[in-house]
Order: sequence, then structure tokens, then C-alpha cells
Amino acid sequence: MKHEKELLLQVKDIHKSFSGKEVLKGVSFDVYKGETKVVIGPSGTGKSTLLRCINQLTFPDKGTVWLRNQEVTHHNLKEINHFRQKIGMVFQDFNLFDHLDAVRNVEIALIKVKGMKKEEARGKAIFELKRVGLERKAMFYPAQLSGGQKQRVSIARALAMDPEVMLFDEPTSALDPELIGEVLGVMQKLAREGMTMIVVTHEMGFARSVADEIIFLERGKLLESGPPEKLFQNPKYERTKKFLFKLTELYGDVNRKK
Amino acid sequence: MVIYQALPYLLQGIVTTLSLVLSAMILGFIIGVPLSVGQVYGSKWVKKSIGIYVWFFRGLPILVLLFLFYYGLFSMIGLNLSAFISAVLVLGLRSSAYQTQIFRGSMQSLGQGQLLAAQSLGMSKGKAIWNIILPQALRISIPGWSNEYPAMLTESAVTYAIGVMEVLTRGNFIASRTYRPMPIYLTCALIFILLSYIGMKLLHMLEEKVRIPGFEE
Amino acid sequence: MINFEFFLEILFPSLIEGFIMTAKLVFWSIPIGLVMGIVVAVGRVYGNTLISFFSKLYIIFFRGTPLLIQLFILYYGFPSIGIYLSPFTSAVIGFVLCSSAYHAEYIRGAIQSVKSGQLLAAQALGMSKLSAVWNIILPQALRRAIPGCSNEIIYLIKYSSLAYMVTCIELTGAGKIVASRYFTYTEVFLVVGAIYLAIVSLATKVLNILEERLSFPGWENKR
Repeated sequence: MKHEKELLLQVKDIHKSFSGKEVLKGVSFDVYKGETKVVIGPSGTGKSTLLRCINQLTFPDKGTVWLRNQEVTHHNLKEINHFRQKIGMVFQDFNLFDHLDAVRNVEIALIKVKGMKKEEARGKAIFELKRVGLERKAMFYPAQLSGGQKQRVSIARALAMDPEVMLFDEPTSALDPELIGEVLGVMQKLAREGMTMIVVTHEMGFARSVADEIIFLERGKLLESGPPEKLFQNPKYERTKKFLFKLTELYGDVNRKK
Repeated sequence: MVIYQALPYLLQGIVTTLSLVLSAMILGFIIGVPLSVGQVYGSKWVKKSIGIYVWFFRGLPILVLLFLFYYGLFSMIGLNLSAFISAVLVLGLRSSAYQTQIFRGSMQSLGQGQLLAAQSLGMSKGKAIWNIILPQALRISIPGWSNEYPAMLTESAVTYAIGVMEVLTRGNFIASRTYRPMPIYLTCALIFILLSYIGMKLLHMLEEKVRIPGFEE
Repeated sequence: MINFEFFLEILFPSLIEGFIMTAKLVFWSIPIGLVMGIVVAVGRVYGNTLISFFSKLYIIFFRGTPLLIQLFILYYGFPSIGIYLSPFTSAVIGFVLCSSAYHAEYIRGAIQSVKSGQLLAAQALGMSKLSAVWNIILPQALRRAIPGCSNEIIYLIKYSSLAYMVTCIELTGAGKIVASRYFTYTEVFLVVGAIYLAIVSLATKVLNILEERLSFPGWENKR
């Protein structure tokens, strides 16, 4: 897990409330190029909200997000779309476009957003599908794919835009256990290739083996952060220890098979 | 204002319209329920005939049906019915064709199980349908059946063509005498919207009262 | 009694003329009504408060009032405020406004049934809301709305007969004129009825084939 100390993304003091309830209470952290950050925490602590504040699918009440020293927050819609092209997102529910087959799912944003020519977009789409191991399923529709395949297509779709950073929102939570491995495998490959990633997950094996830093989010606040060894062996807070223990119990400590 | 003076005359039209709509819906119900039972549980021949009946009454425009029956068939048989009664019959028969489909859908959604259980207890098919299937199917049908009301309400205006003295006919009458068509027509439109709204509210209340707890899918 | 000559020389020519007018009315009203329906539905779902409100009013008015009143307002009412529309134009405008309101309701339901995650995913890729609605939401919503919209199209074919009430002589009107002149209502309207049944049955078949052609794998589970 090499990382250059090039500051890519900065999240500064993000606050967000929903119907009077404050879900994020001032979260800040920095992400360096090539780094893999894993965010863990109890359900409902606003982890998804945090990711959505980064690519402005949700507007934070307070705080700012910076990509390479350019502010992402506080812009009009046109400029936000420009930033969203540089930030890739993978959803828990895949959110593939049901009426398009796999390759068209991957290429549609290239054509409609980046204005690429059809042949060029098709070429890039096939390349990305190869990257996630699904070039043979290019003509298949989402309904004909397994959960793991759907998620890999959605990763390819996000990668096709050549983003600077990839956000993963519990990418394996909606998958049957035997399908989780193929998705984690792709994510590990991406990390090795140097992609900057922020991953919200419960998969402790993944976190331990791939993360450069783990962030523990509890009740809207960043309680503790640090490299995996530190958090697992020597956490600062008792709550961190308890949570990690529980997760390891539930999800297993072993490195997943690819 | 013109509207103020015209109101009493128009309001009498409301009585006609509502009687027309309600009578037709009830007629449609009385004919529709047996027909739908026939469509679900009847022999092949019965199903086919009912199918043709439904196809006929749903496939023809109301205007054509009104002309066909009022000016054509009724006089041919020697029946001298008023425009209002003819309208009730025509709209009622047409509604029965649509209602058949609603009840058929409800009965089919109940599945085979209910009938089998009733028969295994020794009930004849007829008894089973009357005591077990229909009470449930009719309750399920209420939302769909309620939709017949606004549909029938707006369709009732077409009976203007055979001279039924409902709201639109009266409105037209006033408009042609006062040469102020716009306010009159807009008032008629408003009357229909209000009738539709009030009727739907009442039907929703009925739906609430008759609901079987826990029965919603 | 019925004279075979009557049919050939008097009835059929009039009916053919009437049928052509019906065809004209229908060919104009169906596509324009459908497009208007999409516009109103999109306005209702994605528009700001004002647009959404007016779309809602539009739908309530044109679905809650009889088509005949709408036609009368256009043809008999508008002249009193200085707008003179031909019978054909009044009829088409009336059919378009009325059918668009029904289409809008079906399409609105269909749009709301498409999982919201897809809009989110499209925006995450950098698509503007408009682009996302056009490329991702509508293709799916319109497919889902086909049963309802097909239903409305069949209705339109039938209520095109009301054009006669604003003096636009289509099939039903042509029949009425011949029937009242020669006092042969039953015969005439059985023929007219048969023609409508044929048109409606044909249209239903065509729309069913269209629905099948447009389905994509996985379509059945989504309904």
C-alpha cells in the first residue's frame, strides 16, 4: 500500500441534520493520493450521508469539501456535475440502469456527460468491464446478472469516468455471502493499482488487509482514526475496541478468497 | 350575475345527473356480479358469451351505444322509453361490462384455496361462492369500483346527445339564451369537479368502514 | 326493409368520409396528447413548487370534468372571448388536453415506481437532472406506463365520436346524418358499431405487440 504524500481530498467540519436530528457533527479528515480509507461505525451514524456530502448528492449544512485545493461545496449545479465526474461512487444497491445492458450502463455517462463518440466510449467501456472481469457479460441486462456481477458492473461504470477518487458505500452489504469475495477482490486490485478510495464497510478482513487508515465514526463524530494495526491492537477508546471485536465476530477475521 | 340566476336551474340538473350515475352504477353492479361469477366459474361456453358481451359494450363509444339503443333498437322492439331511462339502461349495461372485469380480477386474486376449502367442508359450489368468495371479492373490489364513479360522472354528460336534462344539457340551454357561454360552462365544469370530489370522499369513507383488518397485501 | 342499394350508394360513401375524419382526428390527437402527457407528468414530479402545482390543477381539471364540456368551452365558449376555432381544431385541442391529463397520471405513477437509486447513480456520474430524467428515468417509466397509456389511447379512439357534438363530422356523425335522414338508425349504427369494434380490436392488438417489442429482460419482474 504505497501512498505518495499528495493531498487529494479534504473534508472539513461537515455537519448535517435530517428533520431536526443531527447526523454528522463536525467530521474532518484528509485523504492522500493512492490511499485507501475505510470508514466503520454503527448503523445510522451517518456514514452514507458523509459519502454523499463528498460528491454533493447531499448538501452539508456546514463545512466544506476540497478536491485538489478546489472547493467542491457551494457551487451551482453545472459545476457540481463537473466535480462529480472526478468522484466515482458505488452504491450498496448497485443502482444499475435496468433498461440498459452492462456495456451500455458503463458507456452511457461517457457519451452523455463527457460527450465521447460512440465507438470510443464502447472501447473504454469494454476495457473497464475487462478490468473487473466481466467482458463476457457485456451484453447481459442487470436482471440477468448475479448480485456480485451487478456490483462489479457498477464499479466499472464509475471507473470509466477516470475519477480521482472512488467512494464505496457498503458495496457488499446487499450481497449473498458467496458473492462478496468477487467484489472485494476487484476492490483490492484497484487499491493495488493505486486508486484513491474511501470505503464504508463492515468487512473487517478487507479493512485490515487493504486499508491505509481506518476511521471510526460514532454518533456523527469521528471518534478515532489510524492505521489498521493500531486500531485493532491498540485503540484509544474502549468503544472502538468493543465495536471492532463485535464486527470481527460477525464478519470474520480471515482474508476473503478472491 | 348570470350564474346566480342560472344556478337553481342548473342545480336541478345535479339531481338528474346523480340519479343517472347512481342508477347506472347499481344496474351495472346487479348485472356485473353474476356475469363475473360466470366468467370465473362458468363453463367454456358461458365464459365465451360473457366475453363477447364485455367486448361489445367496452368496444363501442358511448355515443354510438346511445344512438343505437335510443333511436334504433328500442323503437324497433316497440319500446317507448324516455331518454333518461334509456340512458340509465345503456350506461348501466356498459358499466356492467367494466364492473365484470373488476370483480373478475378480485375473485381471481383470491386464488383457488378459498373455494377448495369451502367445498371440502361440504358446501356446494354455489353456496361457497355466495358465502365465502363474494363477501371477500366485493370488499377487495371497492377501490376499483370507486373509480367507476368519476368515470361514470364525466360520461353522463354525453347523454346530452339524446336530450337527457342533466347538468350540461341545462347549461347549454341557458348559454344559448343568455349568450354568455363561458361563465356557464365553467360553472358546469366546477359542479362536476365538486360532485366528483364529494363522491370520492364518501366512497373512501365507505371503504374504511368495510375494511377487513390485516387483509391488505 | 333494408335495401342493399342503400348500403352501397348512400351509407358507405358517407361512412368512408366519416372514417377518414376519425382517422385524422386520431392521428393528430394521439401523439400530441401523449407528448403533452409526458411534459405534464415530468412537470408534476420534477418541477418546482409552482410548476408542480399547476400540473396538479391541470390534471384535476381535465380528468374531473366531462370531455364534452371541454369541447363546448373550446368551440362554443371561446368565440365569446374572441378566439375562433374550427370544429376540427377544437376537437383535436380538446382530445389532446383531456387525454394528456390521463396519460400524465399513468406516467407519473410509472416515474415514481422507478427506483430512486437510479437517479442518484446517474447524478453521481455527473449527469444533470434533466439528462438523467431523459436518458434513465423516462425510458423505464414510459415502458411501465404502456398498459395505462394504451388504455387511454383506446379510449381516445372511442371518444373521438364526440367531435360530432362540435359539428366535426366523423364516423359517428356521418352515421347519424344518414340515419336520421332515412330513419334507419338500427342498421346504420350496427354497421358503425362494427367498424368501431374492428378499429378498437386492431388497435389493442397493435399496442400489445408494441409492448412486447419494447420490453427488456427483467421487465416482467418490475411490474
